[in-house]
Amino acid sequence: MTHINKENKKVVVTNLHKYFDDLEVLTGIDATIFEGEVVCVIGPSGSGKSTFLRCLNKLEDATSGTIIIDGFDITDKKININKVRENIGMVFQQFNLFHNMTVIKNIMMAPVSLKKMTKDEAYNKAMELLDRVGLADKADSFPGELSGGQQQRVAIARALAMNPDIMLFDEPTSALDPEMVGEVLDVMKELAAEGMTMIVVTHEMGFAREVADRVLFMADGVICEEGTPEEVFGNPQNERTQDFLRKVL
Amino acid sequence: MDFGRVLQEALPMLLEGLWLTVRVSIISIIIGMVIGLLMCLMKMSKNVVLKAIANVYIWIIRGTPMLVQALIVFFGFPQLIQMTINPNFRMDAYTAGIITLSLNAGAYLAEIYRGGIMAVPKGQSEAARSLGLSQSKTMMKVVLPQAIKFSIPSLVNQFIITIKDTSILSVIGLAEVVNKAKTYVGSTYVYFATYAVVAVMYLVVISVLMIISNYIEKKLKYEAKGKKKS
Repeated sequence: MTHINKENKKVVVTNLHKYFDDLEVLTGIDATIFEGEVVCVIGPSGSGKSTFLRCLNKLEDATSGTIIIDGFDITDKKININKVRENIGMVFQQFNLFHNMTVIKNIMMAPVSLKKMTKDEAYNKAMELLDRVGLADKADSFPGELSGGQQQRVAIARALAMNPDIMLFDEPTSALDPEMVGEVLDVMKELAAEGMTMIVVTHEMGFAREVADRVLFMADGVICEEGTPEEVFGNPQNERTQDFLRKVL
Repeated sequence: MDFGRVLQEALPMLLEGLWLTVRVSIISIIIGMVIGLLMCLMKMSKNVVLKAIANVYIWIIRGTPMLVQALIVFFGFPQLIQMTINPNFRMDAYTAGIITLSLNAGAYLAEIYRGGIMAVPKGQSEAARSLGLSQSKTMMKVVLPQAIKFSIPSLVNQFIITIKDTSILSVIGLAEVVNKAKTYVGSTYVYFATYAVVAVMYLVVISVLMIISNYIEKKLKYEAKGKKKS
């Protein structure tokens, strides 16, 4: 695809290791992601995909290695991680909309309380985003009143309200009823087409094949194989990849 | 059974005592809620010193009877201060009562808040942090509002205990409703009717509290209340 800017490295991960107590979940990850690139991370459960993603905005602390986001080394203790996070949107498997706020407040909260926008600006931005994900009529509903698919679309809108330049998706459709997967993927496809830098941990092989510029296959805490969807799905080289794809496709 | 007599002779003084009971309870609950929140946040903070202070406070209050705490606050501390800092120091039963009750409620409320905070799913704070909110903003905007809601049943329970515990303060001479009743009984020996009236008074006060809390709990359900036109 043409929107990838190889001059601008958005994410550079070098030799990333992550332990949970004695368990080594990530065993040396190296990856570089460019501006405008859509990268899908696939692999079996327990391979460390989500942990890898969560390290990228420091929801998990890396045990060793470096992670450079937009030029900031977030493994550096002195870095103000909150500032870096303002530019990284994240969408969770369980949506995680704030239960105590209406949909519109969910979206307006961060930009207003971080003084990125005035209330009016945030309101207009939120309505524009809701319109974009097709939920303008739900502005005053509470999350509990929405379906899973609707909640996840609101969650995407909430992340976009901060005008991030990287979006992380942690299995965004895994908790959804099958008939709602499409509506969420459609929003993500649109976002990809607009040139957003996206890292998507997913089990939706169809989505990865269609939308990804690059696919990373992870197993046992390392990236075993990477390439274009055609390469990884059409002609996998690694034995683990072949085995995994045989089971899921 | 002398109810007529008690109502006629003692009702004004009992109501006076009840009013003091209610006032002391309300003030102590409010102060206790602030102390409790502070102690809860200290206990959950990463700072070892703050954590230790909160732990020791909760340990001492929960590990000793309120009767003993009241005696120490009213008789013990003033004596200590008279011997060391100021020989003319005095503390009245009203102040000592409020200090005791607030400190007591604070320790239990700290644990109630903590339970509420732990009941908020981790994803809620992760979502807030991922948007760039600091830990304290995440607490104020997302976690605490939900934690309070989870805590309401236990909070109300503690309020009820605090209201009833004011009766313990009769030992330090606080002229609350039980103290007044004792005084009346002391000269008339009308035990049953007097204490029955006192029991009913507590029942009424606590029923009112329960009605209010049910109302608040219903109000706090997260539902759209009539769609606004934008």
